[in-house]
Amino acid sequence: MSLLKIKNVSKIYGPLKALDGVNLTVENGEWLAIMGPSGSGKSTMMNIIGCMDKPSLGEVILDGVDIAKESDKKLTEIRRDKIGLIFQQFHLINYLTAVENVMVSQYYHSMPDEKEAMEALERVGLADRAKHLPSQLSGGEQQRVCIARALINHPEIVLADEPTGNLDEANENIVIDIFKQLHRQGTTLIVVTHDPEVAEVAQRTVVLEHGRLVKEIINENFEE
Amino acid sequence: MFFRMIKGALFRQKSKMIMIAVTIALGASLATAMLNIMLDVGDKVNQELKAYGANITVVPKENSVLNELYSLDEKEETAAAHLKEDDLGKIKTIFWGFNILDFTPFVNTYVQLQSGESVKLTGTWFNHHLALNTGEELDAGIHSLRSWWDVKNGQWIDEQSDSANENSAMIGVALAEKLGVTTGDKLEVKTSKGSKTLNIAGVYDAGGDEDEQIFTTLKTAQELSGTKGLIDSIEVSALTTPDNELARKAATKGPASLSPADYETWYCTAYVSSICYQIQEAIPDSVASPVRQVAESEGTILDKTQLLMILITILSLFGSALGISNLVTASVMERSNEIGLLKAIGARDYRISGIVLTEIIITAVVGGVAGYFMGYGFAQIIGHTVFNSAIEMKPMVIPVVAVLIIIVTLLGSIPAIRMLLRLRPAEVLHGR
Repeated sequence: MSLLKIKNVSKIYGPLKALDGVNLTVENGEWLAIMGPSGSGKSTMMNIIGCMDKPSLGEVILDGVDIAKESDKKLTEIRRDKIGLIFQQFHLINYLTAVENVMVSQYYHSMPDEKEAMEALERVGLADRAKHLPSQLSGGEQQRVCIARALINHPEIVLADEPTGNLDEANENIVIDIFKQLHRQGTTLIVVTHDPEVAEVAQRTVVLEHGRLVKEIINENFEE
Repeated sequence: MFFRMIKGALFRQKSKMIMIAVTIALGASLATAMLNIMLDVGDKVNQELKAYGANITVVPKENSVLNELYSLDEKEETAAAHLKEDDLGKIKTIFWGFNILDFTPFVNTYVQLQSGESVKLTGTWFNHHLALNTGEELDAGIHSLRSWWDVKNGQWIDEQSDSANENSAMIGVALAEKLGVTTGDKLEVKTSKGSKTLNIAGVYDAGGDEDEQIFTTLKTAQELSGTKGLIDSIEVSALTTPDNELARKAATKGPASLSPADYETWYCTAYVSSICYQIQEAIPDSVASPVRQVAESEGTILDKTQLLMILITILSLFGSALGISNLVTASVMERSNEIGLLKAIGARDYRISGIVLTEIIITAVVGGVAGYFMGYGFAQIIGHTVFNSAIEMKPMVIPVVAVLIIIVTLLGSIPAIRMLLRLRPAEVLHGR
């Protein structure tokens, strides 16, 4: 069964159509990259898939639930239980340490568990930086904390918006390796990027232009 | 985790939180100072007003009746009844004796000068030392009851000084100019009862009719008027409570019109009418009556001062609420990314509002406590500057200020909370 089905979705802001009749299906465990130039509707797409926004038209079926028809309260629950979010700007809380930033996600999901949060940081190679504040971490390290926070509640789908947009090559490779590892573990990954190198490692890439899906590329050389 | 987040927000955003705490502290300090002064201002203003003279006069009952019936002028009054000098000390033995700050007797007579001119001469206490049967001692007299008198030359008569002479006198500036006399001169005066040579100890400017008079010791005036051991009237300065309905009813219809419970309340409250009533009980055949203008002015000044204090307190709290509102709203705006993130990872609105409100309330408690002590200091500075005495801190102000600060803080936080609830994660995290 498909984890995510997007049917004829449009998002209209006044005279502007950010998304225009988009259809997309994402299977469980799939690694999908969404590419496109600036203003193509990538972030709008991510907001809708991430239950932070609703489409103006169409259906978005996530794990059997049409999120277009759900209340804000229900969408908050879906975000909390099913989705892990990774941002280009990291969005860490600047007065909490790395481990506390991970625990915040646990706190709003169930119960904070410092040991489990430490294990999540260990998986992204940051156990020794757990007690540092975001301002004491490099960009790559902050992104890894962000990834650990997204993964701590074992989401069904991980949504990453330009996850390597602010990273150097070395850190970009580290993040891609983490994604590969996540994919191997069966996590569904949707990565919004404009970077072809990041898109190339995904299983499938769709290209957005002016709010429409204009191309789909299956990665023949995808490494399982 | 909740407390970790609160702790992190409070300790790692110190400057922001200190700004909010300082705003709250300023509001709390003004509220504390003003409320304490307002509660204490009654006694303080009352004491200040006592510097402007007596607020009760006591005369013989017979004189009072004659005066009411025929509106006698002073010269015609001299032959009427008298009070006994020995009863004077009883004034301090009444129920509200501690509220009697000062009093002085008067004996009035008209004396003839060598020029043949008739002049009013008043005998009184200047700073008479009294040792009462109760063990209490006090200095009473017109030195403090006529504190506004400007002694142009010479000095006040000091009854307790070894050099004091019972024939010492003070003369009004207008009379002194008319007679061409000054301090150190002697003045021959005589009545039908005898004659005296008065030594002028000082010349005063009272700014009124008293500038045409001579003031001398009680004994001298009694000898000149032939009223030894007797006095014409007494002026009393008492600390009183402003009149209310009960006091007005007792004053107009008499204490007998009050129910037993009302009578007890009235008698045990320092209304000017109840103090007058108690003086009449203590001094036989006397009528004590308030100097209405003074008593009413005191009440009006007190009411207006208290109203002013309440308005300042309300304005300061309103200003504080605006300050808190601006700071908290600015703080929420600055933290919109953080709040958007919390919403994005599944935090419900009430949990985020709970964190923000807890931070603000903790800050308010710190600011409030600091403000209370600052207010204590302000109150004392105001007390010493305006009233030359400390302001008594009333314990009831603490819960009042605490409740006011919590209300002001919560009201001030409403715009920030509303903004926080409207915040959509997609808008702040992705700028849409």
